[in-house]
Amino acid sequence: MSLTTFLQQCLTGISLGGAYALIAIGYTLVYGILRLINFAHGDIFMMAGYFMIFAMASLPWFIAVPLVLLVTVLLGVSIERVAYRPLRTAPRMSVMISAIGVSYLLQNLATYLFTALPKGYPEIPFLKKIFQIGGLSASFVTFLTPVLTLIIVYVLIVLINKTKIGMAMRAVSKDYDTAALMGIKINRVITFTFAVGSLLAAVGSVLYFTDRMTVFPFSGSLPGLKCFVAAVFGGIGSIPGAVIGGFILGLGETALVALGYSTFSDAFTFVLLIIILLIKPTGLFGEKTTDKV
Amino acid sequence: MLKIENLRVNYGGIEAVKGISFEVPDNSIVTLIGANGAGKSTTLRAIVGLVKPAEGSSITLAGEELIGVDTPDIVKKGISLVPEGRHVFPDMTVIENIKIGAYLRKDSLDADIDWVYTLFPRLKERSWQLAGTLSGGEQQMLAVARALMSHPKILMMDEPSLGLAPLIVKDIFSIIKEISKQGVTVLLIEQNANMALHTADIGYVLETGTITLSGTGKELLADESVKAAYLGKSK
Repeated sequence: MSLTTFLQQCLTGISLGGAYALIAIGYTLVYGILRLINFAHGDIFMMAGYFMIFAMASLPWFIAVPLVLLVTVLLGVSIERVAYRPLRTAPRMSVMISAIGVSYLLQNLATYLFTALPKGYPEIPFLKKIFQIGGLSASFVTFLTPVLTLIIVYVLIVLINKTKIGMAMRAVSKDYDTAALMGIKINRVITFTFAVGSLLAAVGSVLYFTDRMTVFPFSGSLPGLKCFVAAVFGGIGSIPGAVIGGFILGLGETALVALGYSTFSDAFTFVLLIIILLIKPTGLFGEKTTDKV
Repeated sequence: MLKIENLRVNYGGIEAVKGISFEVPDNSIVTLIGANGAGKSTTLRAIVGLVKPAEGSSITLAGEELIGVDTPDIVKKGISLVPEGRHVFPDMTVIENIKIGAYLRKDSLDADIDWVYTLFPRLKERSWQLAGTLSGGEQQMLAVARALMSHPKILMMDEPSLGLAPLIVKDIFSIIKEISKQGVTVLLIEQNANMALHTADIGYVLETGTITLSGTGKELLADESVKAAYLGKSK
């Protein structure tokens, strides 16, 4: 394999990894606050794909994209309101089953509304423009994805560590009752968390589907599952963990494809999951529990 | 004035608090003493809205009903609770813990941060340390400092002396007196009846969910049944 091919594959892998990272953050954020695996997250990502198809049918991209982000955020927040909030005091298993229910609901709703046939994803012209750097050539979106991912992650980390709402998120993730005693409205923080998670899923969806070109009702399930694995690999609850998990997954999958084992590229994810669960079940940056009395 | 009337709280089928009534006058130190399971913590948690009292209970602050109000809004009205076991945020620094206590405020915090650091100089030294690495006594001080940052009219403390060395317990109680002098009403629950009654203006004895005795701190200290049950002195 020549150096150029190698770099070319790395670029593809990093780009795929960036999109995975954005979705994985959604899992990790919600888990951090609610201790809930939001199984509907991948399907929110899929719905964002459909929203984009319809928005682009009649609007220019610079209006369509913000609109899609907004509608996806509303979808994520409403799911929390309708399917998770009423179960706030229920056992965690009930909420998880509710999440699985929402996931199937969205998939079937999409099948019912948009049919199961893949629909073409609209092109945003400048994203598809081919760029050449040395011997490397790729569409602009391939370069943009990892850069945008890193910028978003940076902003998110600043938000969580330096702002008031970030402080509230950290407090709520530790202890609901004590957070409430500080005057923090728990439900508001949870809504905000779902909004951020869904926003990132929508951004990830634009980047991911621009490269894949079609959306169908189950396009969210495998990426969703993979990103969940990325989040677990990095240590669920940890944002840097989810990002690194996403990139490793993207690079690993692309490497297998490049080496000619594309049949196994999906299996890579799950082998990785098994290995990390065996060796370090809390993931790379898993929460260490410091209990002190 | 905080007024509790006929407060009843049920957990599952068990009645933890069985219709208690008491008052916390402004600028006083009031203590509830009693053994484990007497319903002391439940009473405080009901006041801040963390547990839901049964029908017919009433908790009023200056005439305003608090039952049914969400915890953050009760905090906004000026009641602050230092929970049992401190519950500082272990992954936040000392200064962050102090700032989060003022979550509802939008004005400048500098003067108040100085104020709590004067009350607890130890915390100032450890400002940038993670709260989880502090000793038990320091965590208790931090929990009190954090609660004070919301400018409460009433500061409620759940077993502030629990698990602390006697010398530190003395410190904590002298700070409670100091806070009270600065115009904050204090509602204190304690198993350390001796310290609590020496500090308090008014005391109530809680036994299995009912108030069995009440009086000034001095009266209760002199009471034979209190002496026998809580102060370890035989008749």
